[in-house]
Amino acid sequence: MRNILIICRKELKSYFASPIAYGLMAFFAAISGYFFYVATAIFVRRGMESAMMGRGMPMDMSEWVVRPLLMNISVIGLFLIPMITMRLFAEEKRSGTIELLATSPVRDWEIIVGKWCAAMILYTAILSISLLNFSFLFIYGKPDWKPMLVGYLGLLLQGGCLLAIGTFISTTTKNQIIAGTATFAVCLLLWVLDWVSAYETARWARVVSYLSVVTHFESFAKGVIELKDVVFYFSMIFFGLFLTARSMESLRWRA
Amino acid sequence: MIKVEGLTKRYARTVAVDNVSFEVQKGQIVGFLGPNGAGKTTTMRVLTCFLPPSAGTAQVAGYDVLNAPMDVKKRIGYLPESPPLYPEMEVSEYLQFVGRLKGIPRGDLARRLDEVTGRCAIGDVRNKLIGKLSKGYRQRVGLAQAIIHNPDVLILDEPTAGLDPKQIIETRQLIKHLAGDHTIILSTHILPEVEQTCEQVIIISKGKVVATDSVENLTNRLRGAETVAVEVEASNGAPEAGAVLQRLEQVAGVARVLHRETKNGRHVFEVESLQGQAVRPALARGVVEAGWNLVELRAVSLSLEEIFLQLTGGDAAAGGVQ
Ligand SMILES: Nc1ncnc2c1ncn2[C@@H]1O[C@H](COP(=O)(O)OP(=O)(O)OP(=O)(O)O)[C@@H](O)[C@H]1O
Ligand SMILES: [Mg+2]
Repeated sequence: MRNILIICRKELKSYFASPIAYGLMAFFAAISGYFFYVATAIFVRRGMESAMMGRGMPMDMSEWVVRPLLMNISVIGLFLIPMITMRLFAEEKRSGTIELLATSPVRDWEIIVGKWCAAMILYTAILSISLLNFSFLFIYGKPDWKPMLVGYLGLLLQGGCLLAIGTFISTTTKNQIIAGTATFAVCLLLWVLDWVSAYETARWARVVSYLSVVTHFESFAKGVIELKDVVFYFSMIFFGLFLTARSMESLRWRA
Repeated sequence: MIKVEGLTKRYARTVAVDNVSFEVQKGQIVGFLGPNGAGKTTTMRVLTCFLPPSAGTAQVAGYDVLNAPMDVKKRIGYLPESPPLYPEMEVSEYLQFVGRLKGIPRGDLARRLDEVTGRCAIGDVRNKLIGKLSKGYRQRVGLAQAIIHNPDVLILDEPTAGLDPKQIIETRQLIKHLAGDHTIILSTHILPEVEQTCEQVIIISKGKVVATDSVENLTNRLRGAETVAVEVEASNGAPEAGAVLQRLEQVAGVARVLHRETKNGRHVFEVESLQGQAVRPALARGVVEAGWNLVELRAVSLSLEEIFLQLTGGDAAAGGVQ
């Protein structure tokens, strides 16, 4: 446990010692702010239209603002995650500091979990910027906070699973850029896998769609926690970290 | 303290270390001497549990590197060939991180940090970013990192590479001071470094141990057949190079004399002595008695290649050294 904390702390320091963390935060703040603006603008316009047409039914803020915004954030995550994980192991391999870690009395899995936790913390910090957007909703309206909470839980789970995959990919190369690009490609793939379900209903399409991280996020965005989605995310996190451990081990045998 | 038996390490194509066996007693300083590509780094990486051996065993403090890596890692300090530094960290921050990683209790950390910054003379850069340090200072921080947890065994891969001459001497002093409580293996391809710091020397070439000996024995064996450079100048009129050569050859114990060059009326000769003969005083006397001026007389240090030739009696090693 102590070792995990030591590694995690060191990674966090590195993130904030370079412009990466701040850059990602600024990027995310701008994009999510923009999406928030668009979603609320549409919501307000539609609300006025329906009021003019005499339909008295108030529009649902959760459905019209919160859900699309959460879906958008989950997609922005696909772009953030490669930037967060790319350096985790690739940089240690390039600079040779991996020799320090690997010859210290620390277990491989402690290093891996420590690094993954640091990535999670940075990701959470970045996500939390969007809370600012949502807090406006509370100032001007009375949205339901429970689906938002569930949505954020889903974002964290989805992020955790992609971060684990990115951590794994970072162990396979010395080059950060390659690690980042490959991670982005995989994230993108896991996202678009969902699209086959739009025009195919055969069993294979459902299997492929099941593998898509976005499919599992949809129910979270609606404010519903489904066991199968939670299980999916947790197994993907475990699987990613497991691959990382195997990769670290094989590095030694091949090196 | 360290026991290596039949150690072999193969990479995809190359056999980097081939059936190497040696032992290091507690408190000794052992020099690992070999040319580039000899397998020094590879052997050290096996000893530090960074790479697993392909065959054979290696033990540190009685623990096997394969079966009890945690116990081995707790007892070693390792300075890799390129110091494992994080450029974005400050020196003291980095040393704290390494100290924690090596399991130093929180209460001792500050004291250990003070001690190693003093010992490695990095007090004046404590609060500097590592990325902004010069090569020599990085090497020192690397050394500080290796000794911060006061390990039983120190494994130093070319610890003086990239240091200035003054710093090289200080580092060698430091390493000598560390011996006694620590068992030290250091690798180098510089013979004088081994002579000055080590008690025991292991010479490897092409992955094989060529010789294991105490440094004293080694230097005796090498001094046995010393090569001396002699520079002679005429005090009145230039002496014939041939005449000087003849005179030098007559000196007792001289095996062979070569005329190297003539510049500004000075002749430079290379004199090889017979095994076990110290010929320098006799050479000096010979030159002066003939009425010439002796400008310079110095032992020519042997290159690593020549040492291999001598140690292995010639041809066997000649093929082994590029
Ligand atoms: N990662 C690797 N993959 C394949 N071959 C390697 C690897 N590392 C080293 N080798 C090979 O193993 C042999 C021994 O290399 P090693 O680095 O141990 O030599 P060394 O004695 O440390 O040399 P130097 O004085 O240059 O540091 C060399 O032939 C080298 O090419
Ligand atoms: Mg080397």
